[in-house]
Amino acid sequence: MDSPPNSDVIIRLRGIRNQFGRHVVHDGLDLDVHRGEILGVVGGSGTGKSVLLRTITGLQTPVAGRIEVLGTDVRTADEDTRVALERRWGVMFQDGALFSSLNVRENVEVPMRAVPGLDPGLRGRLADLKVSMVGLPYLAGDKFPSELSGGMRKRAGLARALALDPELLFLDEPTAGLDPIGAADFDTLIHGLSRSLGLTVFLVTHDLDTLHATCDRIAVLAENKVLVTGTMKDMLRVDHPWVHEYFHGPRARAADASAKGPGDR
Amino acid sequence: MTRVVLRGAFLIANVTKLEQRLGAIAATSPVQADLSAVGRIDTSAAWALATLQLRIEQAGQSFEVCGASDKVASLLRTVTDALPRIESQPPVRTSLRDRIETVGRAVTQAAQFVLDLIRYYGLFLSRLGRALRHPSEFRLTALVHHCEDVGLRAVPIVALMSFLIGVVLAFQGATQLRQFGAEVFVVDLLAISILRELGILLTSIVVAGRTASAYTAAIGSMKMREEIDAMRTLGLDPAMTLFVPRILALVLMLPILGLVADLMGLFGGGLMAWIDLGISPAMFTTRLVEGTDVSHVFVGMIKAPFFAVIIGIVGCHAGMQVKSNAESLGRMTSNAVVTAIFAVIVADAVFSIVFGQIGI
Ligand SMILES: Nc1ncnc2c1ncn2[C@@H]1O[C@H](COP(=O)(O)OP(=O)(O)O)[C@@H](O)[C@H]1O
Ligand SMILES: [Mg+2]
Repeated sequence: MDSPPNSDVIIRLRGIRNQFGRHVVHDGLDLDVHRGEILGVVGGSGTGKSVLLRTITGLQTPVAGRIEVLGTDVRTADEDTRVALERRWGVMFQDGALFSSLNVRENVEVPMRAVPGLDPGLRGRLADLKVSMVGLPYLAGDKFPSELSGGMRKRAGLARALALDPELLFLDEPTAGLDPIGAADFDTLIHGLSRSLGLTVFLVTHDLDTLHATCDRIAVLAENKVLVTGTMKDMLRVDHPWVHEYFHGPRARAADASAKGPGDR
Repeated sequence: MTRVVLRGAFLIANVTKLEQRLGAIAATSPVQADLSAVGRIDTSAAWALATLQLRIEQAGQSFEVCGASDKVASLLRTVTDALPRIESQPPVRTSLRDRIETVGRAVTQAAQFVLDLIRYYGLFLSRLGRALRHPSEFRLTALVHHCEDVGLRAVPIVALMSFLIGVVLAFQGATQLRQFGAEVFVVDLLAISILRELGILLTSIVVAGRTASAYTAAIGSMKMREEIDAMRTLGLDPAMTLFVPRILALVLMLPILGLVADLMGLFGGGLMAWIDLGISPAMFTTRLVEGTDVSHVFVGMIKAPFFAVIIGIVGCHAGMQVKSNAESLGRMTSNAVVTAIFAVIVADAVFSIVFGQIGI
């Protein structure tokens, strides 16, 4: 696996605390994400992976802590800075979160509408390019979200997230609910796109195959914070019970074998 | 040979201009693009270059890129590989025949819809009959729950509405009748209009808006999450468990709500008559009892169970038509309300004609 080109920090979290009522989800959470890397965030169900993603993207305000994205302090930034910042990242939600009243092409065009002076015809053709870049056929652009399969909706959601060529991409469980072949294709797609477009990817996942196939580094969420970060090799040496169970269980062995096997992708 | 030199940053914000400039290049000679002075570049600019390349090469000329950094070259390659192959859909032609067919389809669909509602009515009756024969299959708890929801919770809104209608009727009637010095007839006006028509009709409309939509939403969301299919595989009959308690609750509650509406309407009208025309409550009651035939109340009330069945069946039927997406849930819910109100008004008109013919 190729290492990130240079290692300046693009997301810096310090002392994040999130709680709902008396239920503490994160406490004293620190995390760095480097430019150009694909960071896989893993953790058991309900450990707050989605909440962490929402916190970084400003959809959830933490009780305490400092969030720096692309050199900007998200919590103290004024409105204009925030809007400018939001254009530099793209988020793909679990089921694509496409606007149901728009077709796929129009969905991808939505963020492009904010670009002043962009010719509408050209905008449509750029949207077609994005649709094609995520591996959807040309005619899918005319379809409405309800006419697409789950995998296609996710791809369309990715196309919309990529509409403005973001530097930073957030993905929440991109392969959940896909069949193994579709999931493997999606892994290849994310890996390929992030390398050729120079993307930094923050990827929340449950899928060990995805971790093997795409991620440069892994962060494990447990006990309300980021317990460890490191490469797959590092993870195998961690002797925290949950981490050990996760990376040494039967599924982990199978994923490891298939990643190393002759069918290596 | 044409040389294209790109200098500086090329991003989506200025791609319109870039595309125009590149589009003006004639495809009559080989083209060389010099990218050595390019700064930042994004996919939109890469797309403009890739389309230029495609156009030049399709015209049989050569296209060459020089001086591109690794990053730019890799981006260009990705975009060139991903360039969408434009396929055109076979054009859809609409002939006169197609249009006539659309009309025909709409008509048969409407007929089918009415037949469907009648089928649901039959289903309801047969399951009701079954419940009488096998009381253990009947869901009393669900019935009580729906009665509370449909009846008790609707009392405030129905009461307030009919009170206000009574007030308005008395007030309008008074202004007209005063011209003839026939103020006291306002009592007859109120009694006949509210007891015969307005009380039950307006109650049904409110209930149609409130309950038909609730039924559709509840059954529709179960349909959406495949709960109905799960019930079938578990040997539970959706008609018995879902439709019968709901429709029966309406049949039991709507007459009661209608009575509440009648009373509140008369109360509001009486109050207004007292304030505006000086007709004392005692006089109002005497006039009401002496001047108004009790048959008016029956004429009004006899309609209630019919309206109830209509509202219930429309609501349940619409719920079962929900597909597995949220849009269809919203659409069917609003359809249910419109259909239920419309059907209630049509039924009321039919009743008026029938009562008129038999002279009550
Ligand atoms: N809006 C909310 N209100 C209350 N609790 C929430 C909310 N969002 C998330 N939680 C709680 O936070 C915890 C973490 O949720 P989440 O981040 O979705 O988990 P996961 O790691 O599976 O993505 C869960 O226990 C969940 O119940
Ligand atoms: Mg989640």
